[in-house]
Amino acid sequence: MQFIKSDMNINFIGFRTVAYILSISLVLISIASLIIHKGPRYGVDFEGGTSIQIKFQNSVNIEDIKKGLAETGIEKSSVQRFGTDTDHEFQIRTPLSFMADSNFTDSLKDRLAKITGVAVIDVSLDMVGPQISQDLRKKALLAMFFALLLIAIYISGRFELKWMMSGLMAAAIGLPVYFITQIDKLSFMNVSAGMPFLILFALVVSIAFCWYLELKFALGAIVALVHDVTITVGIFSLMNIEFTLPIIAALLTIIGYSLNDTIIVYDRIRENTTKSTRANLETVINKSINETLSRTILTSLTTLLVVLALYLFGGGVIHNFAFAMLIGIAVGTYSSIFVASPILLAWENKNK
Amino acid sequence: MTVAVIYILPTLVMYSKGTREPELWPNKKINLGLDLQGGMHLVLEVQTEKAVENAMDAKLFDLKKALRGKQIIPKMVKRIENSSDILVSIPTPESQDMVSTILKADFQDVEITSQKDLAGTTDYILSMIPDEVERIKKSASDQALETIRNRIDEFGVSEPDIRKQGDNRILIQLPGIKDTKNAKELIGKTAVLEFRLVDDDHNVQQAIRSNPPPGTVVLYDMKKNATTGVATKNEPYLISKEVLLTGAFLTDARLSFDSMENKYFVSIDFDRKGAKKFADITGKNIHRRLAIVLDNTVYSAPVIQDKIAGGHARITGNFSPEEGKVLSIALRAGALPAPVKILEERTVGPTLGMDSIKKGLMSMAIGGGIVIIFMIIYYNGAGLIADVALVLNILLMAAGLAMVQATLTLPGIAGFILTIGMAVDANVLIFERIREESRLGQSPAASIAAGFEKATLTILDANVTTLIAALVLFQFGTGPVKGFAVTLSLGIVASLFTSLIVSRMFFDFMISKFDIKKLSI
Repeated sequence: MQFIKSDMNINFIGFRTVAYILSISLVLISIASLIIHKGPRYGVDFEGGTSIQIKFQNSVNIEDIKKGLAETGIEKSSVQRFGTDTDHEFQIRTPLSFMADSNFTDSLKDRLAKITGVAVIDVSLDMVGPQISQDLRKKALLAMFFALLLIAIYISGRFELKWMMSGLMAAAIGLPVYFITQIDKLSFMNVSAGMPFLILFALVVSIAFCWYLELKFALGAIVALVHDVTITVGIFSLMNIEFTLPIIAALLTIIGYSLNDTIIVYDRIRENTTKSTRANLETVINKSINETLSRTILTSLTTLLVVLALYLFGGGVIHNFAFAMLIGIAVGTYSSIFVASPILLAWENKNK
Repeated sequence: MTVAVIYILPTLVMYSKGTREPELWPNKKINLGLDLQGGMHLVLEVQTEKAVENAMDAKLFDLKKALRGKQIIPKMVKRIENSSDILVSIPTPESQDMVSTILKADFQDVEITSQKDLAGTTDYILSMIPDEVERIKKSASDQALETIRNRIDEFGVSEPDIRKQGDNRILIQLPGIKDTKNAKELIGKTAVLEFRLVDDDHNVQQAIRSNPPPGTVVLYDMKKNATTGVATKNEPYLISKEVLLTGAFLTDARLSFDSMENKYFVSIDFDRKGAKKFADITGKNIHRRLAIVLDNTVYSAPVIQDKIAGGHARITGNFSPEEGKVLSIALRAGALPAPVKILEERTVGPTLGMDSIKKGLMSMAIGGGIVIIFMIIYYNGAGLIADVALVLNILLMAAGLAMVQATLTLPGIAGFILTIGMAVDANVLIFERIREESRLGQSPAASIAAGFEKATLTILDANVTTLIAALVLFQFGTGPVKGFAVTLSLGIVASLFTSLIVSRMFFDFMISKFDIKKLSI
């Protein structure tokens, strides 16, 4: 069985203007949504506060829960259904992070059971204080940034044998960033609040360095990855889905995985350019993408099938994680074909 | 053939390590994270600054004595609020260098950090020297760790995980615990037990309105609301600041029941020194009230009827048996050198944990099933080989987890499932190459060889990048996310092995055993 005929020859590069427009608009929409909502809907991991997951024996009216919450007097609490309808699970969130009374979960359980008339099977609690949430924000940003740097080194080394140069560049950017984030306790400026901007700045600098040092493969890969992550986070923001630490794990996995597709194409491009040095780059890239199309689509498909299973059957926490993966894999495949490769072409054309 | 045998050996080793356990889930060898088995995770911060403040407090009395010894009557000697600095205010003419002389003689760990001359008086700010501050902070944090460990040991939790995190944080994981409320009580209780006299000579209400007389302070006892269980301040007492006896002298504290009064109480025993002190105090203060103060709350203030020589006493109050048990454990293990603050708490109920396991396994079965069927449909015979390699992959991952004693979390199960998708990727890459080579007219054996050879580099590249992401995640991630990074990394390594080596083995075997004209791929 074969989906994709071996003699396919779609002019992918020809579509690149359309692709550019699509990509840029998606990225702009994402950034706009993030700016308007001041970021995605952070979970307690990043915002601090308390998140309580409560499972009832039977179906419960959410209004009753709201009434019960209002009685406890916790301000600004919100309730949401969690998981599928048959789970009878709800998630209660409040920005308060220190429950002075360690009896809180028990009394909440009793109160809600009484008001709704349904027994409570179990309760889970996540309480994150401000110091820890600040820590986690820092770690998440650093993780993403360093992953990108390391990948830049790897790609530059493998495809252009420029290990030293890319290594030096990564160190030149990475070490200062790392040290700045370590000294936030001494600095009078609130470094932790400015961290997203620091990382953004460092990212721009990295891309500029790749440009300047002519690390074109790394450039293409990084731009494609940033594109993927931005759109994924943007969609989360648009759909108001909770953004927690496991989602960061999903993003990093997407980064690693999207790179697979990009590498498959790049590998073939490199193989074909050495084979036929006379042909122009546009044809070579097209040929490479077509040749690897079968592989690209299939690898994404198999992973998508598996992630779909996670999405449908995985339960609350895994559900959002799987959703991030679904978006990431789809966008990642798209970007390997329509973003990473055209950037190589644009680079060559710029050099002509 | 010998090459194949060499490859099989490590596989067998892995097999036996992983599958000697009859069931891989639930299993003692694979550690389950808290999100799967239920339990409580706490991150505490030891407020070490308070330990320094307490140390400075202890010096106040001796400082005043030393000043008086030099014929200096200070206008004020007190510790500044919310700081560990002491303010000494002395009439200027007499002070001249006296303060530094006193410090050099008897208080080498304190120094003058500032000096201000106002009209007629000089204000000195005294602080503890930085080295000593560090020493006290470190000692407080270490001691807090030990004390908490002792308390939890007594509470009876199976396999608790208590460790230091950074300078003054403590990470506590209590798997399978159901009584989270009392566990938190026990961990957070500073448990400073003090015996102080009640000042019945002055009026307590007046002390509340204006200022308490020197050497005394107003403390309250607690009353518990019968329905909500919340405790609030009740009656005020005027208590002397002087601490006559502390919990440091206890050898034992036990929960007991008074059947006559129908109440629980904690019976305490003093060591020899403590017993002697206790006898002294009670002997000298007959008919006065002795307040039993715990964490600045008055538990009881009985009238001393007689000198008590036996070294036993009772702490009474209105507490439930669980609270009494918590109190007795806390007293036995000793007071915390500084209060602790809860920075992070994650609790998972056991049912919800079980739910997560079930859902995780179901997704894995379904996801895996779909992929297996797909591979056979799309790649026929070769697909079957890929499926066998996949099953081997999963077993290897499980064995790997058990071997390194890593913790399996819910995201970790997701990592397992992701690996299923990614392991198949490698096979897809190889099979597509083989198909390509076949189309170019190569013989089956040659196609297979060329397919593997050309695809290997790409597979390595692709997997290394995901491995980089997984390693970064491991470095920066916490708890459940770390579990994901571990399974993902294990999965990648295992899939490299199964797709490159094991699949190759199968292909070679099939080619050498059967005369295959056309590949079933």
